[in-house]
Amino acid sequence: MENANFLVVEDSPTMRQLISFSLKRFKNAKIIEAVDGVDALKKLSGPDKIDLILTDINMPVMDGLKLVSLVRQNAQLKNIPIIIITTEGAEEDRERGLALGANAYISKPIQSSHLIKTISELLAV
Amino acid sequence: MSEESKAEKFLELFNKGKEFTEELLRENQRLRYRLASAETEQKSGGSSEEVQKLRDQIAHLTEENKRIHERFSAIEEENKDFANRYIEIEEQNNNLANLYVASYQLHSTLDFREVIQIVQEIVINLIGAEAFAILLLDEKTNELKTIASEGDDVMPNIDQISIRLGDGVMGQVAKTGESYYINQDIDADSGAITIDKPLAAVPLKIKEHVIGLIAIYKLLQQKDSFSAVDYELFSLLAAHAATAIFSSKLYSQSERKLNTIQSFLDLLTTTS
Repeated sequence: MENANFLVVEDSPTMRQLISFSLKRFKNAKIIEAVDGVDALKKLSGPDKIDLILTDINMPVMDGLKLVSLVRQNAQLKNIPIIIITTEGAEEDRERGLALGANAYISKPIQSSHLIKTISELLAV
Repeated sequence: MSEESKAEKFLELFNKGKEFTEELLRENQRLRYRLASAETEQKSGGSSEEVQKLRDQIAHLTEENKRIHERFSAIEEENKDFANRYIEIEEQNNNLANLYVASYQLHSTLDFREVIQIVQEIVINLIGAEAFAILLLDEKTNELKTIASEGDDVMPNIDQISIRLGDGVMGQVAKTGESYYINQDIDADSGAITIDKPLAAVPLKIKEHVIGLIAIYKLLQQKDSFSAVDYELFSLLAAHAATAIFSSKLYSQSERKLNTIQSFLDLLTTTS
């Protein structure tokens, strides 16, 4: 996948940088960062067409689950693939995230290769 | 034509027919013989020369098949090696990326609280800890005290740890500068993890000078235990964290002193 636009939604600057670092494996990838759900919605209404969203769950102002749910309700955004990346590793958390409409659920600490594989599969469809 | 010549003609014709019939019988005999020979040949699988030729061919093909099979197994083995090597390199890449990002973040600020916040983020997101404490050594009192923690619900009083240098597991880690790891599978369930005996304790040291330690009490649910690379990564991160904490502490101290001097100078200027 070339020239993809990724939206990384994460309140931790360390994690944002780590995820962005992994995404640089995709040729000409553009990485847009947001610090919470509200910031993400602003970026989604911006000029860049987002190809994939990677979001944390636990964030201030608006959490990742609320963001997933709002994106899925929006006619213009509902088809964007979403990956949840979180420290919440319980099965019920995973089920809740996927039930809200996330396409994949990855528990931290993340393995870069696993993240790349998941993104490649979602963008190949 | 007379009757005599007619009889001669008939006799001649009869003799020719007889010869022809005899010739046919002989031909039939020959064909029968050839058919019988062909059938015998077919049953015995051809001539011995042909059989030998075919046997040689089979032996040659079997040999070639064996060689191809051996080559295939060797290539398959090589492929397995490459695949394992690829996985190892991927893992190394991942760790290098983690280390790069962590050290970049740790050294991106000189604000003490911010550095501690980054250390906490690293311990949660890269090490995968749910309950942990960052302790710094007070060199005046020789005591290790919690300056930041997570997971009070898992380990009560984690935010109020106070241990004398050399006392218990953590005191020893701070004194010797050697990391400590418990075997989680064996000890976690038996309740061996207490506030004084964490799952892991890694010293924060600059060269041989210990300034504190990071104690981990519980890993995230999805992380069963520390892997071999975790130990390495954890030690490297602790070394970066130590220098970042130390630098930011020195910076805030010098900032405080500078402010005091500036205030004193301001006071002198206004009074004179």
